[in-house]
Amino acid sequence: MASANRSQAAQGLSLIAPPLGYALLIMAAPLLTILAYSFFKDGYLTVIREFTLENYASVWADPIFHKIMLRSLGVAALVTLVTVLLAFPVAYFLSFAVPAHKKSMWLFLITIPFWTSYLIRVFLWKVILGYNGVINSGLTSVGLIEEPLTFLLYNVNSIVITLAHAYAPFAILPIFIALEKIDRSLLEAGRDLGESRAMTFWRVTLPLAMPGVVAASLIVFIPVIGDYVTPTVIGGGKIPMIANMIQAQMLDLDNRPLGSALAVTAMLIVAVFSLIFVALNRRFLKVRQ
Amino acid sequence: MTETRDNRPEAVTPMIECRGVHKYYGDYHALRGIDLTIRAGEFFSLLGPSGCGKTTLLRTIAGFEDISSGVVLVDGKDMAGVAANHRPTNMVFQSYAIFPHLTVAENVGFGLRRDPRGKAEKAAAVEEALAMVGLKGYGARASHALSGGQRQRVALARALILKPKVLLLDEPLSALDRKMREQMQVELIKLQRQVGITFVLVTHDQEEALVMSDRIAVMFEGGIAQLDGPEALYARPASRRVADFIGVMNFLPTRVVGDTPSGTEIEVPGFGRVEIPASNVSRANPDDDGPSIGFRPEAVSLVAPGAAGHSHVAEGVIDEVVYYGDMTYYDIRLDGSDGFGDKVRPVRIAMRNVFGREVQDVGARANVSWSPGSLVLFR
Repeated sequence: MASANRSQAAQGLSLIAPPLGYALLIMAAPLLTILAYSFFKDGYLTVIREFTLENYASVWADPIFHKIMLRSLGVAALVTLVTVLLAFPVAYFLSFAVPAHKKSMWLFLITIPFWTSYLIRVFLWKVILGYNGVINSGLTSVGLIEEPLTFLLYNVNSIVITLAHAYAPFAILPIFIALEKIDRSLLEAGRDLGESRAMTFWRVTLPLAMPGVVAASLIVFIPVIGDYVTPTVIGGGKIPMIANMIQAQMLDLDNRPLGSALAVTAMLIVAVFSLIFVALNRRFLKVRQ
Repeated sequence: MTETRDNRPEAVTPMIECRGVHKYYGDYHALRGIDLTIRAGEFFSLLGPSGCGKTTLLRTIAGFEDISSGVVLVDGKDMAGVAANHRPTNMVFQSYAIFPHLTVAENVGFGLRRDPRGKAEKAAAVEEALAMVGLKGYGARASHALSGGQRQRVALARALILKPKVLLLDEPLSALDRKMREQMQVELIKLQRQVGITFVLVTHDQEEALVMSDRIAVMFEGGIAQLDGPEALYARPASRRVADFIGVMNFLPTRVVGDTPSGTEIEVPGFGRVEIPASNVSRANPDDDGPSIGFRPEAVSLVAPGAAGHSHVAEGVIDEVVYYGDMTYYDIRLDGSDGFGDKVRPVRIAMRNVFGREVQDVGARANVSWSPGSLVLFR
């Protein structure tokens, strides 16, 4: 038995070896480089290969970093909340209301936003929300407003709207899969045992869909924190997030060690927040259906 | 539909009444005018092959399916427009539907949320329900750690703790292995007697229905073919189709000679002229094959040629011997089948392998001893 297991494990390892090697090469190697840089000294346009903790010290002491990191976390949390709240009804409709033979068509429709590049979609939102954009010119021509609304663009709300739209499919799919896994007789059992539709949803459907909700939250939260394009285009550069700050250090100011330290710090913070989130939901994740 | 037995006085209280219940799924006619009365406190089974509508009927009683026309009454109340969560019925699902995110105790106590009793009292009720199904002390277990039989007990406890008027069981034993199934059959009977609640069981397993039920409704194609107690159903099936579905029955083509004051006189290949008592004559026979008699493999017996003391004997040759350990099945090709064409197939006879009785060989001459009361005429 044990040897059979071992050979099976060896077989599995050899099967995943090519993608694993590729992943190590393109993920671990840059990561290690960044990690190494973050402990080097900056010599203005060059990097001095001497160990130092100065970079981290200045990152943690920097009030701008605190502000931008907090804003990034806040935006990411808000985007995650909005995205998951909007994605859940869509996933629920897909799983419970769409007949089985039409589900793949609906899933296909949900992927349509991916047919255009992310950058173009972000610019489209700028066209919609802008000073002379679709909403403003529409409202002006109808006569509802006289002056174009200025709170539509270049603020956190517009960043949240844009990102929530961009990440919606990523949230819909895991929630949909979690809902699909729910044995429908469990919902009938909930009703049979005296609960209304709403209470059955609350006591049965939602707890069983939580693994999908947790996955969706992480899938949205983690990349949104590091989003670079939307704050630049939609935020107009006035409300930078952490990726913009890293970019500025790395390229504009050519301080790679400090930029690397910022990147590593942000990564650690994201990891800590994600782990706390998973830990808070661990009782839902343990459920075996 | 015939009721040959159990025609007890109307004093019994009806618990479930179905009157002219029809159910359509689009063009598909799933229930075709069900008229049925299930008595309070009885163990009732809906028996039939898959697709006969038995589960649909159970689900209409539970409130999971709307009916297209007709009336369903539970405990005298019309269930039209009453949602599943407001019906005095509880269900044990085929898959058991144990909530995977809850412990055993949380599963059993699921329906007690709106119960006005205090926490401690509810916990005691849960413990009591678990003890009733033999799962005392299992409350803290995770539901995925349970075996099939334990899951079923949890499903039972979860339903019975709510003290429903009717417990609906949808093929509850089909997922269990044979030994467990037989054990659970007995436990279900005992449990039903103990709690006194009306049980309605859906099953495709005729043996299960015979073992457990007070009365059985045999369903084919959305209608009830026969409603009877197990013994009557087995001994006097109302049609060849029912006979064929419940256990094994031998059929022989028959010529009807004429009616007599006490029954019907017929001629059967190998059996000669026989008078079948009126109680064993079924006229609800839609088959176009013409009249036939049927008898169970164990309703007749194999005797040595020339053995004395047998008033009715048909002669034949052993065609096949199937040895089952406790039983031996013999397929006998009967003499005197001339004039009935090749419709006459070998008849199967079951003999218990009691001590001292030898298993006969293929090709040996054998006599079949029978009595008119063990034959059923379908005409």
